[in-house]
Amino acid sequence: MTETLVPARSVPAGSRGERFTSYDVDAFEVPGGREEEWRFTPMRRLHGLHDGSATLDGAAEITVTSGPDAAGVTVETVGRDDARIGDGGVPSDRVAAQAWSRFETATVVTLDGTPAPVTIALAGPGAGNTSVAHLHLRTKPHAEAVVVLDHSGSGTLASNTEVVLAPGSRLTLLVVEDWADDAVHVGAQHVSVGQDATFRAVAVTLGGDLVRVSPTVTFAAPGGDAELAGLAFADAGQHFEQRLLVDHAQPNCRSNVVYKNALQGRDAHTVWIGDVLIRAAAEGTQSFELNRNLLLTERSRADSVPNLEIETGEIAGAGHASATGRFDDEQLFYLQSRGISESQARRLVVRGFFGEILNKITVPELRDRLETAIEAELAAIGS
Amino acid sequence: MATLEIKDLHVAVQDMQDADATKEILRGVDLTVRAGETHAIMGPNGSGKSTLAYAIAGHPKYTVTSGAILLDGENVLEMTVDERARAGLFLAMQYPVEVPGVSTSNFLRSAATAVRGEAPKLRTWVKEVKQAMSDLDIDAAFAERSVNEGFSGGEKKRHEVLQLSLLKPKIAILDETDSGLDVDALRVVSDGINSYRADGDVGVLLITHYTRILRHITPDHVHVFAGGRIVASGGAELADELEEHGYVRFAGVTT
Ligand SMILES: Nc1ncnc2c1ncn2[C@@H]1O[C@H](COP(=O)(O)OP(=O)(O)OP(=O)(O)O)[C@@H](O)[C@H]1O
Ligand SMILES: [Mg+2]
Repeated sequence: MTETLVPARSVPAGSRGERFTSYDVDAFEVPGGREEEWRFTPMRRLHGLHDGSATLDGAAEITVTSGPDAAGVTVETVGRDDARIGDGGVPSDRVAAQAWSRFETATVVTLDGTPAPVTIALAGPGAGNTSVAHLHLRTKPHAEAVVVLDHSGSGTLASNTEVVLAPGSRLTLLVVEDWADDAVHVGAQHVSVGQDATFRAVAVTLGGDLVRVSPTVTFAAPGGDAELAGLAFADAGQHFEQRLLVDHAQPNCRSNVVYKNALQGRDAHTVWIGDVLIRAAAEGTQSFELNRNLLLTERSRADSVPNLEIETGEIAGAGHASATGRFDDEQLFYLQSRGISESQARRLVVRGFFGEILNKITVPELRDRLETAIEAELAAIGS
Repeated sequence: MATLEIKDLHVAVQDMQDADATKEILRGVDLTVRAGETHAIMGPNGSGKSTLAYAIAGHPKYTVTSGAILLDGENVLEMTVDERARAGLFLAMQYPVEVPGVSTSNFLRSAATAVRGEAPKLRTWVKEVKQAMSDLDIDAAFAERSVNEGFSGGEKKRHEVLQLSLLKPKIAILDETDSGLDVDALRVVSDGINSYRADGDVGVLLITHYTRILRHITPDHVHVFAGGRIVASGGAELADELEEHGYVRFAGVTT
């Protein structure tokens, strides 16, 4: 890959520190598409999720499967008035607020002790239908758990996922967005990391017409540790957008973000926004974020906007990097001149590129499945 | 007995200034390399030596406008780049390409699997690579680095010869593999090329500007390349004459 380093903007367009949040959809103006937080998103493909014109005529299906021994896993379906709802955070865009204003029941999964991996399957409402969904995951103090959140199916979905880590707990959240070709998913994740808690997330986006996910991580107390990794493989016409905000307002927390996107085919588009905010109180923060994009073919586009705001001088370290590279003809020629076929050459390059992220997926069956899915995406090239 | 035949080869390249125009670089190259022979090609900068090498390997930038390339009678021009390599052609490049993200060990194994037609047995393969690397004084740590990424000029050249010794092609084209090597590296690399030659019935086409490598690797034939074709051929002694007098004698044919 030839790489061009994209200079990171140090002066943001409107500080992330003062971003507006509300549970109420009407508190947000209807976005037109020019706003900073919407400017990359093809609004017409949102099927009215952003302007209130969508009719909620479908239902997303949520199925929770825990290991053979379900000890330590509690699954509840609760109403809007459940006291725990909102512990994770508050919506910061109109689609998330729309979903929040309209959900009728939420699925709450509580993890205690060291349960076996839990899978939450979330299936879309079906082609032509629209729905909202609300998920709430929480750990008990010192719990250690792995949750797979597996999105699939058709239709249009706006969702909120709350993740609340109790003190000293450790949660690995593996999120798969493997939607059918028609699907549109606009999701917000609200993650609150408790004292000395550890959050490990890997987000894998492979399918869907438009997938826009906005994870926000806040620290409820000192000593938290959050690592957000992700990969996306965008094909012709697909729009995959990841908007991350890590908000450090507590001392001695650590965050690390690494997202990699590969693009192939005409009008494949990925957007990565990485905002890290280190507020005045967040002394001793250590933070790094990295985004790398690999363009496998012409006429695809990767946007990358890293943004680091630091309000205190007393940090342990902070940095960011962003690079977009192209798998070019010279590299292909070199590999082919050693007998390696064109498809094998692409596979080598993409495997090498994604390897670091896939290795973080600690559930072997899931990792195998995703590796196979990525190979299948690659095999589709040129067809 | 492998034979590479190049017959009246004409090659053009897309003009970088003018997308619609092409520029003819090779103007009728005739050359036959047989197994057991080593041919050296020498010639001024820009005379088309690398173009010849790339055209044989099948680089997409170069278009063969007329002429033929045959390997054991098979039409090479109809083969894709990887088919040519699997048929037994190898090009050690003047400027090896960096491939970030692909580890050298993974690359070598993929290449060996492709060229040999089956994956080499893991245990013997690891030994084989280790031995080949140590023969070429390449630190074992290189196996885990991305292909050519951040390698020094000399390290890249050694890495090309490492591939040569692992892939064991029928015909090897070495484009300035000696350039940029220090005295010790030149000896190590020459030894590598010589042991490849000694191991099998193979043909070598060695492109160089310097006779110093020809003191280690004795050519059977030396060709002078100028203006996109071979303008003179002789034995090893021709190289010495070129070193002494330069290419002036052939200047008339460069255009
Ligand atoms: N894409 C291109 N557009 C225009 N001219 C080109 C292009 N590629 C190569 N050439 C020209 O073709 C000629 C032959 O180049 P080539 O690299 O084959 O020379 P060489 O004999 O290998 O030279 P050197 O000894 O410097 O390696 C040069 O004049 C070069 O500028
Ligand atoms: Mg050259």
